[in-house]
Amino acid sequence: MAAYLIRRTIYGLFTVLGVLLLLFVLFFAVTDPDDIARKAVGERARPEVYALWKKNHGYDRPLLLNRAYAAADSRRYSDTLLFDHYRRMLTFDFGNSDADDSAIARRLKEGMGPSLSLTVPLFALGLVVSVLLALFVAFFRETYIDRAVLVLCMLTMSIASLLYIIGGQYLIGMLLKWFPISGFAFDPYLAGRFLALPVLVGVVAGIGADVRLYRTIFVEESNRDYVRTARAKGCGEARVMLAHVLRNALIPILSNIVITIPFLFTGALLLESFFGIPGLGSLTVEAIQGNDFSTLRTMVYLGALLFIAGQILTDVSYALADPRVRLT
Amino acid sequence: MLVVLLLAGSVWLARVVSRDRFWRENASQLWRRRPIALITLALFVGIGLMDSIGWVGGGTPGDDDVAALRSRTLIDRLFQPERITESSYSAPLASVSFYGGQPLTHPGRHLLGTDILGRDVVYRTAKGVRVALLIGGFTSLIVIPIALLFGVSAGYFGKRIDDAVFFLMTVLASVPSLLLLIALVMVMGRGTLQVCVALGITGWVHFCRIARGETLKLREAEFVDAARALGVSDLTIIRRHVLPNIAHLIIITFALSFTGLVLAETILSYLGIGLEGSWGQMIDQARNELSRTPIIWWNLTGASLGLFALVLAVNMIADALRDIIDPRTRREGQ
Repeated sequence: MAAYLIRRTIYGLFTVLGVLLLLFVLFFAVTDPDDIARKAVGERARPEVYALWKKNHGYDRPLLLNRAYAAADSRRYSDTLLFDHYRRMLTFDFGNSDADDSAIARRLKEGMGPSLSLTVPLFALGLVVSVLLALFVAFFRETYIDRAVLVLCMLTMSIASLLYIIGGQYLIGMLLKWFPISGFAFDPYLAGRFLALPVLVGVVAGIGADVRLYRTIFVEESNRDYVRTARAKGCGEARVMLAHVLRNALIPILSNIVITIPFLFTGALLLESFFGIPGLGSLTVEAIQGNDFSTLRTMVYLGALLFIAGQILTDVSYALADPRVRLT
Repeated sequence: MLVVLLLAGSVWLARVVSRDRFWRENASQLWRRRPIALITLALFVGIGLMDSIGWVGGGTPGDDDVAALRSRTLIDRLFQPERITESSYSAPLASVSFYGGQPLTHPGRHLLGTDILGRDVVYRTAKGVRVALLIGGFTSLIVIPIALLFGVSAGYFGKRIDDAVFFLMTVLASVPSLLLLIALVMVMGRGTLQVCVALGITGWVHFCRIARGETLKLREAEFVDAARALGVSDLTIIRRHVLPNIAHLIIITFALSFTGLVLAETILSYLGIGLEGSWGQMIDQARNELSRTPIIWWNLTGASLGLFALVLAVNMIADALRDIIDPRTRREGQ
């Protein structure tokens, strides 16, 4: 187990290095620093302004090889954008935003709270509702209830998430006036009122795919031999579903859950931006609209980092939850 | 050019399907199960094709020179947008404009009204069909060959190639897809080709993983062993024995990824990096019109209905295809 964990972590580290290389190619080689500087200071800026901006943001060095140093000098390789990119990302020194020079680390810290207060309830409620609904449908499998819910799921899956948000804001926010249309507050009661609508919209928008997936898992499990044994012992159908099937189906469900954990931090991009929640999703949207490449780079890196960690966690929790899985 | 390529491809596909018993049976079963979805899809493809065939000339009298010199497609000629454009909003089938109540130039002709610039919503929705098909279809056209090349060679040859491809897949898959998509479009710039390439790079991994996994299984199959024992070359084995056996999976994955691509584009449109003239852009432009009083709903309706119908049709077809082809679910159904 320990050996597996170490090997898995080392492979994860290599993946992180690979992601950083990908980011380097995208953000430094495909768009060269000149483009970034031109977008930041404007097309008509004087050459001095332009050069100063590049120097201040650390974009003024060569990409791979600094020919200003002698061949034997190690700074020939270390005083370059590639080395600097790796060093800063791996030490979590994200520097300043390209758009307004604010420290990215501070903005990340500020955005984390609002993001989590949206995504954690969204995640928990979505999980409970979709598992319960899937269990209910699996209980009535191959009946009209099952068919109806599956068709409904298919319909909800075919609607763009943008429309859910627009529709939710219009119907519940404007016509029924149950909850405020958008906004955020740090006061718990007010935050609850502000977050109710985005959470509701998020749950409804994501439920179709989840219910279908979980239903397949439940139906697959309920065809197993141990279910027949349980029925033969005289278990009622409710007990079979809740005690036997649910317990065993939790393992495949687990892998689906852990994969979604990085999105808790990167935030629900659309929801946050539509509902005016000042979280990490809004930060990303602002970065896109303001051509803020350094913030965007950081967000992509963090998202990937969390995803890799989540995958390692999935593999480990698989082994812990299922005694049949042996890690070697 | 692209149209000719697509037509040639579909003719070739039709020939393959009609020749092979397995595919012929599946196709007829699909037709029996999902006639409405198939007709809807055919309708969309028809509109998309009509919008792709265009030529210069034949402008209506009274047009300015620019309009007369532009290449106009069949759809343009059918709707004649230059002639039916109003000055601003008008409600569906109205005879007066929405604000002010001046008489329209074409009363009662706008089935879904007109937008802020007076353009007919039905016409704009029809124009969006081609963009949506381009997003889903053109992207897959780029992606599938590349994914097959990487996935099949990784699965078939194994060792170093497999390690390299697998590492590349892991790296690309570890970046959350929406963030990767945004980063790619930001970096490459905004444009049809760029967005399609970005969507392609994001969706590539999924195809590649399936192709690799299935090839790994097939490599151990007895008929592949037999072919190898007979001295058949690797390339021929891949062409004759591996590719036909993963074709069904590729088709299912294509149908599933198509809807994902079209829906992802709406998010890009909202972020301001979508495709020109797409339904996503129409929805994005119309999203604030619901808060007007009296509300303007028709502008949102056109694009939403088009998007919903297309995605639902493809979803239904994909679902049916999976049931028909996948032997595991087939056994369950019996």
